[in-house]
Amino acid sequence: MTAIAAAATVAKPARRLSSTTLALIGVTPFFVFALMFLIFPTIILVFGAFVDQSGNPTLNNIYKIFQNPTLVDAYVVSLKVSLITAVGGAILGLALAQAIVLGNLPRWMRPAVSTFCGVASNFAGVPLAFAFIASIGPRGLLTLWLSDYLGISLRALGFSVISFWGVVLAYLFFEIPLMVLIIAPALDGLKREWREAATTLGATSLDYWRHIGLPVLWPSLVGSTVLLFANSFGAIATAYALAGPGFNIITIQLNNQIRGDVLHDQNLGYAIALGMIVITGVSNGLYIWLRERGERWTR
Amino acid sequence: MKKSSLGAWIAVVIAALYFLMPLVGAAEFSLRMIRGIYSFEAYKVVFSTVFEDTFLFSSVIALLTIAVSVLIVVPTVYFVQLRLRRLRPIVEFITLLPLVIPAIVLVFGYIRLYNSSSWLPLTGSVMATNILLLFAYVALALPYMYRAIDSGMRTVDVRTLTEAAESLGASLPTVIFHIILPNVRSAVLSGAFLTFAIVLGEFTMANLLNRPVFGVYLVDANEHSPYEAAALSLIAFLITWACMGLMQYFGRDRRAAKPGT
Repeated sequence: MTAIAAAATVAKPARRLSSTTLALIGVTPFFVFALMFLIFPTIILVFGAFVDQSGNPTLNNIYKIFQNPTLVDAYVVSLKVSLITAVGGAILGLALAQAIVLGNLPRWMRPAVSTFCGVASNFAGVPLAFAFIASIGPRGLLTLWLSDYLGISLRALGFSVISFWGVVLAYLFFEIPLMVLIIAPALDGLKREWREAATTLGATSLDYWRHIGLPVLWPSLVGSTVLLFANSFGAIATAYALAGPGFNIITIQLNNQIRGDVLHDQNLGYAIALGMIVITGVSNGLYIWLRERGERWTR
Repeated sequence: MKKSSLGAWIAVVIAALYFLMPLVGAAEFSLRMIRGIYSFEAYKVVFSTVFEDTFLFSSVIALLTIAVSVLIVVPTVYFVQLRLRRLRPIVEFITLLPLVIPAIVLVFGYIRLYNSSSWLPLTGSVMATNILLLFAYVALALPYMYRAIDSGMRTVDVRTLTEAAESLGASLPTVIFHIILPNVRSAVLSGAFLTFAIVLGEFTMANLLNRPVFGVYLVDANEHSPYEAAALSLIAFLITWACMGLMQYFGRDRRAAKPGT
């Protein structure tokens, strides 16, 4: 009897200890996975950007990016595509979100549009590119319609689906829906009473948006735009399938560099990767910070 | 408040035209394979070639990605909620990393870290590269899987379930995989369908690792027949749609069940 009681008291702290140990064992696969497939691969690139080929510390790799006109141009085009699709996607996405949230449309419409946005925001990449080629490519449906029925030649207008603006148009296909999905909850947070109070006090629709709507929304709006920017910046498959490996954006440059070491300089590749991590990292950090500010109103 | 929906209608109609344009275009183009008439020839060709192999390969990798994600994420979320609350910010930060680091950068890191002369030559053989691709996809899916399972497990009284099961003599693996997992089944499924859609459309990583996934096959198919590529694009869109529909269905199921549990 005493032996059992003693065994029980001994066993109890032992069991508690082992439950924390068990918990740590339980999360070990996650941390091993994170180290092997997220943290080490990133560290090796960041580290490689700051050493030369024989391993001595240097800033030369980063300097070399700025010396290479093709790489500078690739960064500039990437930033331009990302900026245009982010701002364009944000404005058009806001308009669509505003329509389905505040536009008094039939009730079935909002879930239908939301579901479609979920699909479209995940429909990036190769299939999207080919769908655009099939519709506004040289032999695409819309191209033929325009020339057959309206006599408008897209080519004569200087438009090509495999050009800068073709890529922008394709990117908007996933950027606009992403904006709708992020901004719709923020629009829900605009309380009806604010609008009613403003109207009672004699505010016009414009006054309301200028003094209440936009000031409340702006952290969410800027935050979403930044997220859209990062989303476009890291994308490659859509542009690659649409415009080919010669389209000069930084993701495609890095892809070509990994494929064939076209720059003949391993560490320059690391520096290109570092530049991308810095840009997407800053954008995402900004997004998270602004989202927290925006959420103050939606609570 | 019933006024001014005209602008809203215009916005929705313009959006509908823009979003339907590539889909209608792809559908029409895919039927044009035989000159002069509309036919399903492109689909016939697609289904009689290696499409099935590549589709099977992508599907198997997607299912394995889901399985590995569940095995890694479910215990992590469980222990973080129950015993290791202080680890939550670190875990959440890690799960956001795949959204911050572009896929092309991640795969570059893998190729450098696991090249054939490294300590772990995961790019050394076909099987090892498949495994590397699998883990790469687990990384891509991590933000979505973690979020789905974490929000699912918040709606379940993890502590009570654990204590009840343990007092009946259940071992810890039994608790996690036979008690907790079935309770967050719909959350897991909703994350799983999203993962399936992401893996099926992935191109960047598989292309650089030279694995014959659906996206890579699609680019090759376009080289010799744009009609087949259009047909495959439309099939990919329908599969994405099905996955997202199922995801929403199971997501909704979870929220609807919340007050009852």
